[in-house]
Amino acid sequence: MTQFFQRLGHSTLSSFAKLGRGSFFLMQILKATLSVIPRPRLLINQLYSVGVLSFLIISISGLFVGMVLGLQGFYILSDFGAEETLGMMVAASLVRELGPVVAALLFAGRAGSALTAEIGLMKATEQLSGMEMMAIDPIKRIIAPRLLAGFISMPLLAALFSAIGVLGGHMVGVGLLGVDDGSYWSQMQAGIDFQDDIINGIIKSIIFGFAVSWIALFEGYDAIPTSEGVSRATTRTVVNSAFTILGLDFILTALMFGDI
Amino acid sequence: MDISVNSATDIVSIQNLSFSRGDRKIFNNISLSIPRGKITAIMGPSGTGKTTLLKLIGGQIHPDQGSVIVDNHNVHKLKRTDLYTLRKRMGMLFQSGALLTDINVFDNVALPLREHTRLSDSMIRSLVLIKLQAVGLRGARDLMPNELSGGMARRVALARAIALDPMMIMYDEPFTGQDPISLGTIVELINDLNSALGLSSIIVSHDIEETVSIADYIYILSEGKIAGQGTPEQIKNLDSAWVQQFMNGDADGPVPFHYPADDYLKDLFES
Repeated sequence: MTQFFQRLGHSTLSSFAKLGRGSFFLMQILKATLSVIPRPRLLINQLYSVGVLSFLIISISGLFVGMVLGLQGFYILSDFGAEETLGMMVAASLVRELGPVVAALLFAGRAGSALTAEIGLMKATEQLSGMEMMAIDPIKRIIAPRLLAGFISMPLLAALFSAIGVLGGHMVGVGLLGVDDGSYWSQMQAGIDFQDDIINGIIKSIIFGFAVSWIALFEGYDAIPTSEGVSRATTRTVVNSAFTILGLDFILTALMFGDI
Repeated sequence: MDISVNSATDIVSIQNLSFSRGDRKIFNNISLSIPRGKITAIMGPSGTGKTTLLKLIGGQIHPDQGSVIVDNHNVHKLKRTDLYTLRKRMGMLFQSGALLTDINVFDNVALPLREHTRLSDSMIRSLVLIKLQAVGLRGARDLMPNELSGGMARRVALARAIALDPMMIMYDEPFTGQDPISLGTIVELINDLNSALGLSSIIVSHDIEETVSIADYIYILSEGKIAGQGTPEQIKNLDSAWVQQFMNGDADGPVPFHYPADDYLKDLFES
């Protein structure tokens, strides 16, 4: 019994310590972000590997999610004779929820895990330590550009996901199931509010992008520098990012759309 | 043991240093000094904290007690910016080379120059080629680190370490895992660089033969203490069974061959 409490106390303490290290790490990055400005090359390289390389997975997933929404939406809406509003339903679900959330989950799996593995291996091969000894701050040169890249790419990727999803819904709804083309678009135009839906969706994805990049970079930086440690850190990035995204999504949705 | 700081002759002076990791005391109140312009070796069995000592000198980790003075600066009392300024004058060669794997050899050597100087591109190019020529790898400038052999990677890392013309270089196990030819090359390079550039060198190693061949002074560490010190000649004649076992590489001696265990026969027939 005492052992149980001992273990409980130990894991509570160590998770608080980790939270502290994580916050300190974030503060260091935020202080270092300005130093990225004179070296735009570093940011551009990261935008490519974090953002551009995630294009394909985001586009394909967006297409399929949109197509499924088109199908499911059509069957439910046609029960009420309301299939004309399919466009609005597809767009609203994508822009408000699925776009930011699913894109962020995919981003965590594709880019977040890569970031953790990269930073973890850099630590294991003494590259980070080597930079420190050359008086080059790895937070400035390695970490900060990657956080910025995640922060910038995520909303763009989420927007791409939603846009392609809308096209996917159109393909299925209008192309296969015979919803009227004009009403698909006009219902969407009438029903989607720029401020309420689109801006809120973008805010969500910015926050998710920030959270996922922070988690991924911190797990890599805090990893035990062995192959096992890096593999564990990579798993933790994906799992913790997923929890964080879904938890934050509930809180943000409640703040934005609910009257709580 | 108290060593007074003599900054004219000593580039590094370590006083009453203690450091522990968890419950294990890595260093227990040791003091030593590294003279300028010489090659000083720090030897000892694996796990005696030789690399830790280099990290303490570089200010990457903090001691529990004691001080490390590098060129008149107390490393662990410096502000971050001052520490970074000091590090520009300290080169360190990591065991793995620690080259950045996403940029080629040229860019790796150019990195400290680009980060810390405002030299023009053509000037940086010339400097990088000079440094690469010094380690014999000018022709390898376009290779990526994963295309290099272990010995070449270490030489590139050496070129990078001398890019800013430091006052001292710390070598972490420079001889480990090298074939005979690259071993000879590294030994010669360390020796040449030290005399040609007027550097001070600290070598951390457990390769007796190579280290003894170039070191001016040797410290032998064991269990958190200095087990012996002196010039290579003095060390060979040192009256300490432990040091002799270490220097001769005997399997049994004060350091037993067997890990502590119960009586062998009793253990065998227990079941």
